[in-house]
Parts: sequence; C-alpha cells; structure tokens
Amino acid sequence: MSGDVSGRRGPRREEDADGSAKDAGGAAQGGGYGFETRSVHAGTQPDPLTGARQTPIYQNTSYVFHDADHAASLFNLQTYGFIYSRLTNPTVAALEERIANLEGGRGGTCCASGHAAQMMLFTALMEPGDRFVASQRLYGGSITQFGKTFKKFDWHVDFVDTNDPDAVAAAIGERTRAIFVESLANPEGTVSDLERLARLAADAGIPLVVDNTLATPYLCRPIEWGADLVVHSTTKFLSGNGTSLGGCVVDSGRFDWGAVPGRYRSLAEPEPAYHGITFWESFGDLAFTMWAHAVGLRDLGAAMAPMNAFQTLLGVETLPLRMQRQCENARALALHLAEHPQVQRVSYPGVDATAPVQTELAARYLPIGAGAVFTFELRGGYDACVRAVERCNLFSHLANVGDTRSLILHPASTTHRQLSEEQQRAAGAGPETVRLSVGIETLEDLVADLDQALHGAEGVGG
Amino acid sequence: MARQVTHDDYRDEDLRRILQGTRTVAMVGASANWKRPSAFVMKYLQSKGFRVLPINPKLAAEGTPVLGEQAWPSLAEAPGPYEMVDVFRNSEAAAGVVDEAIALMGEKGIRYVWMQLGVRNDEAARRAEAAGLEVVMNRCPKIEWSRLHLELAWSGVNTGIVSARRPRLVVGS
Repeated sequence: MSGDVSGRRGPRREEDADGSAKDAGGAAQGGGYGFETRSVHAGTQPDPLTGARQTPIYQNTSYVFHDADHAASLFNLQTYGFIYSRLTNPTVAALEERIANLEGGRGGTCCASGHAAQMMLFTALMEPGDRFVASQRLYGGSITQFGKTFKKFDWHVDFVDTNDPDAVAAAIGERTRAIFVESLANPEGTVSDLERLARLAADAGIPLVVDNTLATPYLCRPIEWGADLVVHSTTKFLSGNGTSLGGCVVDSGRFDWGAVPGRYRSLAEPEPAYHGITFWESFGDLAFTMWAHAVGLRDLGAAMAPMNAFQTLLGVETLPLRMQRQCENARALALHLAEHPQVQRVSYPGVDATAPVQTELAARYLPIGAGAVFTFELRGGYDACVRAVERCNLFSHLANVGDTRSLILHPASTTHRQLSEEQQRAAGAGPETVRLSVGIETLEDLVADLDQALHGAEGVGG
Repeated sequence: MARQVTHDDYRDEDLRRILQGTRTVAMVGASANWKRPSAFVMKYLQSKGFRVLPINPKLAAEGTPVLGEQAWPSLAEAPGPYEMVDVFRNSEAAAGVVDEAIALMGEKGIRYVWMQLGVRNDEAARRAEAAGLEVVMNRCPKIEWSRLHLELAWSGVNTGIVSARRPRLVVGS
C-alpha cells in the first residue's frame, strides 16, 4: 500500500507527530502506481452505471434528490453527493481527483481559471486587514491581481525576493497569513527554494502556497517539499492544447487550521451558512477541500465548465510525454540561443552561467527537466524584440504558455505592460526580454524559425 | 491476522474487509446535536445500511434518542451483537473504552475497535490486538467507506484508488 506511491523523484516528507494526527496516510497518496499510470487513470475509473471507459461529460446543472431527507443531508454536508454544478460536478470532480493525486495532495478544487483558483484560495485564508508575502517574480497577471484588485478586499501583499530567506522572514508580520511563490517562475524560469520556504512558513505557523503551473507535478511536486497548498492554471501544460481555461487548488491536508484561534476563520470557526459547523472540526484533513466547494465555489461562483474539465483530463493523459519532449526542445533551443550573437542572456536554468544558484536549485527541485518556458534578452532592446516576435512563422505570438505549439511573447509590450520598468525587471520581464513557451514540434524547425526571425530583427526597420 | 499492523497506514483491503464485516456499530461518544461530527458519521453510516447504537450515559439517562436509536449508558448495556466499537473520545479516554471492548468481545461479538480521526492510543491497541480484536486508529469510518466506494471523490478528494475495473454501483443514498 505505501510503496513508492508519490513517484520516483524528491523525498517523501515524513510526518511529524502533530501532522500525522490529521493525515490520511498512504491511501491518500497515489494507490501505489507510477506517475505516468496515474496521469491516465487517477480519478477516472469506468462509469459504474454504463461501463463507459472515457469519462462522461456531465453537461448538467442540477441533480435530483431521492427525497427530502436526502436533500437535507446534502445541504447539511452530512452526506456526499451532487446538488448543483456550481459546487460540484462529476466530470470536474474527476479532474480534481486526478490533479490532487498527481500532486500527492488530499483533495483538489477546480475553478474557472487560474486567477479564479487564486481568488478562491485567498478567500479561504484571508480576512480584511490580513497580509501575505509573495515572490516579486510572479506571472504579471498575479502581481496585478494581488497588488491591485485584492486591495478592494483590504487584503495586502508584500512582494519580496522569496529566495532571500532574510527578506521573507522580515516581511512576515502579525497579520501575515501565507507565503506564495511559483515553483518555476513565469516568465524567467526562476526556481524557488521550496524546502527552505516551507520551513520559514512552518516556523511562522502559516501555509506555503506554491503555484506549480509551469513545472507541473511531472517535474516538481511541491507538497513533497513541504508546501501546504498548490495552485494551478490548468489552462497551460495540464490541458496542453490551448483549448480550455481552468484552475485548481490542491490541498495537502497537512496544515493545522486551528492551531492559532481566530487566524483562519473560514476553516476553523463556525460557518453561519452551514448551521454553524466548523469545517476543520467536522472534516479534518478534508476541511479545505470541503470548504472550497461548499463555500468558496458556492459564493464566488467561478466554477469550471464540465467540457473544460473533460478537455483537461484528456490533456493530463499525455502530460508526461509532452513535458519530456517540451523540456528537451526547450533546453536545446536555450543552448542554441546562448551561442547566438544577438542574444545577451538566456534565462534557462542550467544554461545561464550567470545564475549558478538557479542551476543548483533546478538540479534539486527539477531534476528531470527545467520546464519549457524561458526568456532570452536581445542586445537590440525593446524594438528588436518586437521585430523578432513579429517575424516568427512557427512560434505563435500570443499570451499563453504550455501549449503543444511553440509560443513567443514580448512581455514588456503585452502581459507586463501595465507594470513599471522597475517592476518589469523585478519580474524578469525587462524591455529587452522575449519569452518562449516551447512546444513539441521538430526541433530543427524551431531553431530555423528563431534564427530567421532574429536575423531579420537585427536591421533597423526589419 | 498474523500481519503486523503499524497503524501509520492501513491497506484498503483490510479497511474494506472490516467495513464489510460490520453490520452494527456501537458508537461511544454519540451526540444528539446533529452538528457534531459523531452525528454526521452516524447518519451517514445509517444511510449505508449500518445500524448504529449510540453510547452516551447522559442521553441514556434522559431517554433522548439519537437519529431514531435509543441511547445506551455503556457498551455493556447496549444489546449485542455489534461487531464494531467506534470511539469518539480522546486518545487517553480511548484506553478505557478499549478495555471494556476486550472484556465484552465474546458476549457482544465485537471484532473491531475503530478510533476516530485524531484518536490514537498504541498501548490500548496492543492490548486489543493481543486479545484478538482488530484495531483501526486515527481514521473515520464515514470517510473510509465513502473513499472505498468513491463517493469521497465527488468532492474532489483524492481517494488514492486507481483502477480500470468497473466499480459496482453504490447502494444507499
């Protein structure tokens, strides 16, 4: 049963005496199978009613009760079942379980997008006046969501260099409720020192939240390094084909929401809309996942569409194959660009000789591949970047990552254009920076396309 | 039976066998307040076809029934046979319950002692196992029943069950 259920890479985190009391043990991990097997099978046993092998798309809003007592039990959260697809839906639940399984978590909650997942996650953790510490190297959209829109709720973020433990420790105050980082940061490919951050979070009695979108659980499983919650934009590598928006929060089930009374009120204090039950007391290590559906999705309303869940389940089936190939292509392109005369820097971990710490962190946390998204800098600056992007024939100029197609973007003129130049540089997206998301195409074709684009971008007005 | 159980983890096949081998559960620490976790568990187990005998001296003295079942003051006074003793008491108090279960196992047909999430008493478990009882600790029978029958997955929970076999339709509601 226990076996090597969480995959072959990274350590199994041993439970301490406290953690074990709420941990559901090996049963919650992975069923004893390897990552590739679970990518195809987890969460999707054949349909018991029909035997359908592929997961049915429950394109359906609401569910019939057996009788009034059954309805009451469902609304009271005394039994499991479906009421309304804004809260739970069988196709979405299948994806939630698969992602939770691959991450080694206790449960998953899917949302309409990665941003919706972050909104839901922080709604669980924050009260007006609360703060959290976040990496200054986040996806630009997250920086905007956290720094601007969250203020409307009186939630506050302190952006710091999260790989500087002193800076993190100094930023944690009385009202700090979480540390938030990306395992592999968008766009520059910065790797977070997860184990160290998990210790800092544990010392402060707050959860470590890791956005694992760019690494995916195939390359890195933050919960094995001590993270308490993992968030995804499933739109990216998990869905993989650029078809479906989605997000997911995976809970490890390990965080003690009741350790400090009054700190995590949503989870550890009576919930008025459910007759005053306390999720942490009633559901133990399922508390976060139960709350996320019964309160988070119910009240925020950003549920994932069943069709999107189905498309994403299809995507996850091939996640290991795609990630292998995309990492291979990305590394080869990074090495090629590093030798290119017009390129002054390539950020890919292990290729960028100016960042030895990043090389070390990548070797530790991403031993089988450092992802497929990275940046390079052109000596020609902003204008050369814009020209290069526009000259590409195979690389699609768009604002997404993790597609089977190769993608190219100039963050300073697109995703990061709302930020100041200082913020752009802090986020690894200065004016001379181009971002690539490398797909599964023939490597030689990708090399040739970038070469011709850079060649044309060199001359003025190209 | 000869297999050494560490109590850090349980095999699905053992949990399944224990739940399948149980028709009646004596629930020590049952509550008449429907919002208490014990009442959630009792109602759920009832909906899956188990009979649950609430053990609570105060409720028994008052004559207050719980979810349609008469409350009993002690395991000794609850009518057998019941195969499982489910312990909704803290880890320390669980020792006394376990000793009672050992004393009554022949008379009541007790085969399993199940301690709820957060309840673990290894010393008491060793005594119970030496007497021939099977022990599960720090688990919830509602969660495990729903996990093994995949109902838990309806809320996005990772059941840890990976299989290409067609599952049987679940009975009950």
